[in-house]
This record gives sequence, C-alpha cells and structure tokens, in this order.
Amino acid sequence: MRTTQQAARATRSRSPNRGSALPAVSLALLLILLVAATAYVFIAHLFPAPPPITAAALLVDHQFDLTLYAVGIAFVLAQLGLAYMVFRYRDRGQRAHFTRGHTWMEVTWTLVTLATFLGLGIAGNRVWADLEIAPSSGDSIQVEVTESQFVYTFRYPGADGKFGRLEADLVSPATGNPLGLDPNDPAGKDDIVTSSLTVPVNRPVELLIRSQDVIHNFFVRELRLQQDAVPGMVIPMHFTPDRIGHYEIVCTQLCGLGHYHMHSMLNVVSTVDYLAFLKQQAAAQ
Amino acid sequence: MNASAGAHPELARAHAQKGFVRRHIFSTDHKIIGLQYFFLALAAVTVGIVLSLLMRFHLVWPAAHLPFISGGIMTPEQYLALVTMHGTIMVFFVLTTAPQGAFGNFFLPIQIGAPDMAFPRLNMLSFWFTCAAFLCMISAFLVRGGAPISGWTAYPPLSGLGDVTGPGEGMGQTLWLVSILIFCFASLLGSINFISTTIDMRAPGMTLMRMPLTVWAWFVTAILSLLAFSVLLAGGILLLLDRSAGTSFFLPAGLVVNSELQVRNGGSPLLWQHLFWFFGHPEVYIAILPGMGVTSHILANFSRKPVFGYRVMALAMCAIGFLGFLIWGHHMFVSGMNPYSGLAFSMLTLAIAVPSAVKTFNWLGTLWGGKIQFHVPMLFALGFVSFFISGGLSGIFLAQPALDTMLHATYYVLAHFHLVMGVAAIFGIFGATYYWFPKMFGRMMNETLGKLHFWLTFVGVYCIFMPMHFIGIAGGIRRYADSTGPAYLASLQPLHFFITVAAFITAAAQLIFFYNFFRSLKSGERASANPWNATTLEWTTPSPPPLDNFDGRYPSVYRGPYDYSVPGARQDFLLQNVPDERYAMGEEHSNAK
Repeated sequence: MRTTQQAARATRSRSPNRGSALPAVSLALLLILLVAATAYVFIAHLFPAPPPITAAALLVDHQFDLTLYAVGIAFVLAQLGLAYMVFRYRDRGQRAHFTRGHTWMEVTWTLVTLATFLGLGIAGNRVWADLEIAPSSGDSIQVEVTESQFVYTFRYPGADGKFGRLEADLVSPATGNPLGLDPNDPAGKDDIVTSSLTVPVNRPVELLIRSQDVIHNFFVRELRLQQDAVPGMVIPMHFTPDRIGHYEIVCTQLCGLGHYHMHSMLNVVSTVDYLAFLKQQAAAQ
Repeated sequence: MNASAGAHPELARAHAQKGFVRRHIFSTDHKIIGLQYFFLALAAVTVGIVLSLLMRFHLVWPAAHLPFISGGIMTPEQYLALVTMHGTIMVFFVLTTAPQGAFGNFFLPIQIGAPDMAFPRLNMLSFWFTCAAFLCMISAFLVRGGAPISGWTAYPPLSGLGDVTGPGEGMGQTLWLVSILIFCFASLLGSINFISTTIDMRAPGMTLMRMPLTVWAWFVTAILSLLAFSVLLAGGILLLLDRSAGTSFFLPAGLVVNSELQVRNGGSPLLWQHLFWFFGHPEVYIAILPGMGVTSHILANFSRKPVFGYRVMALAMCAIGFLGFLIWGHHMFVSGMNPYSGLAFSMLTLAIAVPSAVKTFNWLGTLWGGKIQFHVPMLFALGFVSFFISGGLSGIFLAQPALDTMLHATYYVLAHFHLVMGVAAIFGIFGATYYWFPKMFGRMMNETLGKLHFWLTFVGVYCIFMPMHFIGIAGGIRRYADSTGPAYLASLQPLHFFITVAAFITAAAQLIFFYNFFRSLKSGERASANPWNATTLEWTTPSPPPLDNFDGRYPSVYRGPYDYSVPGARQDFLLQNVPDERYAMGEEHSNAK
C-alpha cells in the first residue's frame, strides 16, 4: 500500500510538458550545426593530409575516402535522427506510444551494420596486405634505420651490398661510432652512415627499422606509413616514392623528454642525384 | 534470498552503537562506500582537469612564465609528467571509480532489492585500497625527478630501466606502478563483490531479464574487471621486477641507453604491450558500459517508454564484454606485431562496432514515439548518445590497420577516445549524478544551473575534440610538449589555440556543477521517494534510503524494469514491485509484448 501512495504522490510532484520546446529546439539546432560544420571541414578540405608520394599511399587515401563516405552518411543520419527524435517527440502533453521493440527492424539494422562494417574491413585489409604483408621487390634499396633518444641514424650497405656487424658494447656516439660498427668486420668498411634518409625516386626502398634504447617510431605523412622501432627487433617496411621532394620523418611513439623534437628528413631525389649522394658520402666516411 | 529481511532492527541497533568513525569512515554500508568512491572520483577529476588545462596552456604558450612550476617555465619532462598523470588519474581514478565504484556500489544492491553487497567488509577494504592507490599516485609528483614521463601505457624499456631513460623514471615511475598494483587488487575485490551480489542477492521475482540495464552494465563490467585487472596485476608485477630486481621480462639484450650498455637479456617489449592492452581494451568498456546502462535507464524514464529492445540491449552489453577481450591488438597495428594478426584484430574490432551500433539504434528507438521530458539527467543522456555516435564512428577508421598507419598516435586518436570513452563516460556520470542525487542525498539539484552546465559542457566538448580530428588527419602527433619540432606542426597552431580557449571555458563551466552540487547538498528542495516517476526498486524506498535500504520490508518483483506508459495502467509508470492485479489492466495487456 505504501508504494501506491508514494507513487500517487510522486505523480503530482512533477508537472509534465512544461518548457520542453526550448531545450528540444536548441539541442536539435546544435546537432544540425555539428553535422553542418563537420561536413563543411571535410568537403572544403580545410585541414588535409599532404599529397601522397607512393601508389600504396594513394590506396590508403582511397580507403580513407571510402570509409569517410560510409561513416559520414552514418554520422549525418544518426545525429540528425537524434535531432529529429528530440524535436518531434518532445513532451507536448501527448501519451507515449507504448512499444517494447520491433524484431524485424532490429534484425535489419543489425545485418546492414554488420555488412557495412565487415565490407569496409575486407577492403581495408586488402590495402593493409599491400602495405605490410606483400614482400618488398627484389631490386629494392636497403637502408637500415636505427633510432635512439632522440636521433635517427641511417646506414647504407655501401658498394658490397652488405651491412657490417654491429656490437652493442661498441656504441659510442662521442667517438663517432653511434651504431657500434665492428671495425674488424670487412663488410662494414664501406657502410655509409647518415643522419637523414636519401633515396632515389621510383625505386623500391626497404627500410630495416631498429632501436638502441626505448621504443621509437618512423612516420612520414606523405607515405601514410608508420612503424614502431622496437629494441631487440629488426622490422622491415617498404615503399616506392614517386615524387621528388623533402618530407619530414617524425617519431610518434613516446620515447622520453626529447620526443617532440625527434625528427629527420626523407629526401627523394633523382637517380643521378642519388648516385652523386652515395659517392660523396662514401668519400666522406 | 532474503535472509536478512526482518533482521533490520538488530542491524539498525548494531549500527547505532558504532561510533562516528565506523559509521561514516570505515563503514561497511554500501551506500556510504559508494559515496566515498564518488567523492574520491570528484577529487581525482578535479586534479585531472587541472593537469589537462596546464597541458592545453603550455601547447599554446610554451614560453609562458608559470610561478607555481619549479623552474618557472614548463620543461618537456614536466609536460610529459602531466600527460602521464592526467591519463592515469582519469582512466583509473575517475572513469573506473565513479561509474562502477560509486554508482554501482550505491545502487546495485537497491536496484535488485538487497540490503547490502554480498561482502560488506571486502567492499570497505576495496575502497580503502583504492584511496591508498590514489595517494600513492599523487605522491609521484613530490619525489625527486617528479612524476613518470612514460604515459599511462608505461611502455618498457622507457618505463623499465629507471631514471637512465629520463627524469621521472626513477622513484616516480615506481610509485606509479605500485599505485596501479594496489588499484588492481582493489578492483579485483570489488568485482568479486559485484558478481556475487548480482548472482546471489536478487529479490524474489528479480529474474535476470527483469534487472535494470544499469545492473546488467555493472554486472558485465565486474566480470570484465575481474578478468582484465588480474592480467594488469600480473604484468605490473613483472615490470616492477624488471625495474627493481634486475629481471628482463620486457627488456631485450643489447640496450644502449644514453651510451650506457644495459645488462639485460631475452625480454620482449611487445610482451608488455600485449599484457597491457589485454587489460587496456576491456578497460575502455569498464569505463563506458555503466554509462550505457545509465543512458538506457534515463532515456526510458524521460521518454516515458520502455527501453526499445531490452533483451537485445542486455545481450549487446554481454557481446561487447566478450568481444572486448579479443581486440586488444588494434592498439598495436604499428607496434611490430606480425601484420597477419592485424587482419584478425581488424575484423574483430569492426565486429564489436555492431553491438555498439545496435545500442545506438535502440536508444533512438527508445526516443521514437516518446514523450520526452528535458530534465537535466535526460540532457546528459542525450549528450552521451551524440558523443557515442561521433566517437564510435571515428573508431571505424582506426579499426582498419591500413588507415591506422596514418592516424596512429596522432590527435585523431586523442579525439576518438576522449569522445567515446572520456566525455561520453563523463556524461554518463553527470547524468547519473543529476538523476540519482535526490535518492543519494534526499534533495533535488537545481534544474536551471544543471541546464546551464549541460549546454556549456556539451558545446565546449565538441569545440575541444572535433578539431583534434583535423589536427590528427593533418599529421599532428600526440604527446608532443610543443610544436617547435617538425616544421609542418606550426600550421596547426590556430586549431590548438581554439581548442585551448574552448578547454578553459568548458572547465570553467564545471564550477557551475560544483556550486550546484554543494549548494543542493545543503539547501536543495527536499526530494520525494520517486521524483522522476520512475519504475525501478530504488524509487520504492525513501530518499535517502534507510540503512538496510528497505526498512525491513524487502520487495518482491513482479515485472520488468521499464514499464512506462503501459496501456490500461492508471498512471504512466509501474514500479517493479507492483503486482498486476492492483492495476485493473485489460486482459489483452497483461502480457503486453
């Protein structure tokens, strides 16, 4: 009995349908504004990623656009749907329409969502396979990337095409041996060590990424590629740049107090310039 | 099931004999413990917000003189200490503590018609461990070298070698780790309690499919906590051993740090990432599931409609909980993990988006045809839905490794998870606070101030986090102390300026909440037992509830949790403890489907 009385008392305690128009209209308008502003930024390309410089990066951009269309439509429909519900069903003294659900509606939207998301996933995984799983081509230029707090060091195998052996206990940036090259290994005699990465245009490049101390990362926006550098591992990454230019390499993995200043340059040059670069570096080592 | 019914006079007498300390500080009453968790989270969120404002300020005015910072001008390591502590405090001590520890503790027993949690002393212990963990965490600011700089993810080797890798990595990182271990232990105790209580203590008639969705959410969250925190506990112990006992679980041979060769051998930095994210991804759902439950609860209440597809909503939470354990690898697409596993983690991640989307559809379905009353809790629940849509959909990009290679560790990720697990969960907490304040404290909060708080926060949050997506797509990297490194970052500074201004305005709006909260505690309008005309058991008992929750008259449950606007009923809500026959319902409606 107690609860009945309480319930009856409670019914009188809050009057319905007062002041529901203003919040309904405000919220609906804000959601419309949100959708419009977001759509404007994307349609007007206000803050674009820089143009890609590999065919694979172009595939990434296509996949991005495909996802943007699917997700964009869902975003617009869901936010505007919310705005509509809020406005249309605000309390105007009506009685709520009693329903506990609608099985076929639920089955339909579950299946449509499943198909959309898994379709995107399959398309995306094909791009991923191209980027990361496909082997690099046989004639690629190999460059070793060694990362340490807070510098990038690049090593080319030199004329013999072989990297010399590295020994951790020989690492000594102060005496000009930042990688710990073993002086007794003949394969290392002609290795070229640089602080920025120079590669020829239109040639496949394979990077062998490693770290000396903590986890770092190698990220070039124009390649749409990033890879962590993990101590104890040598992780390959490959790409074929098709546009001459200078592109920034940045570290995206928190690596210590100098993280925000850890960067280097990727120089994509003509074949002639590349050969000149190698010659000049070989002379300088 | 109801062994303690009738035991209440003894309970009250025993309680009255206890002193102030046992009643209000070392109390075993789940309501007091819930409030303790709530105020702990309130303290933690205040610290967390201040830290984030310092970061936002520094990102725009890196050279500014700050008198309260040692050295006057913030150094990169001080910035990274803020990054670490903001993330850790918010994830552990706010997003885990408030939705589950505070509201779960206070309302789960009442909503299932129980006098207390199954293990009241364990409950008290888990709160005090959490409190100790918080003090231990904060103390990291005070030791030499300051707080750790390795982020809330604490990836070794950065976090595993001591202060050779950077300031804050000495004692600061150790205290951080010890705090996390204590927190894990507390969470394990808490989750065992939640699971036992839900299984064993339900009132007669409170079948699983009559539990409020909040109870479902706390139940699933407790199972996730049990499985996830135990893995972090194990991983954390191994990392502590690496730091202090010279072991090499996460440290490989040949590390040269600062030209110093480290004597370690055979460990794997990736192992930590697997263990951490095996915890870390379910943790996202630990933070957000209670918010989902509260949102469903509030949407039904103020739409005056049953939750659309109740059964599916409960199952979707179970599905999210289960799949949540299979997708940790999406945090590691670029970590050096075998790229083939990226394929599997990607598809599983997209699969978990399906139950999440279904929940969104059902929330819209709940509003559809309703009679929507815009009380403050309802506004926050609607805000939750909007953030969950925005933050959830941006995740569809990140779930694809091919797109993660350009978005990983950028501001895009920051935008995504702040919307979907940060502020969405916070809006769940705000919704719950405004909704249950009358029950917790016996007084109403001020509606006008509450609405002002909502509008400023809702707009402010979008102004802070939507632009972060654009910074990320353009290549802005997170956890950078300022934009003076890579040249292209300079062009993104105007967006950072906009975000910082929005952050300060939004943070200022939270003062309205604090004012409203504390003023209403003292002088809010007295609350009736059921001010929102709601249906679940917490509204059948006085506000605030008596010591044993039901004054010895334990309820029996006759119906589901969301019987709003049932045709034929005298009023537009039927409390769960009301038997059918008292409401002269037409025969065709008695098992209305």
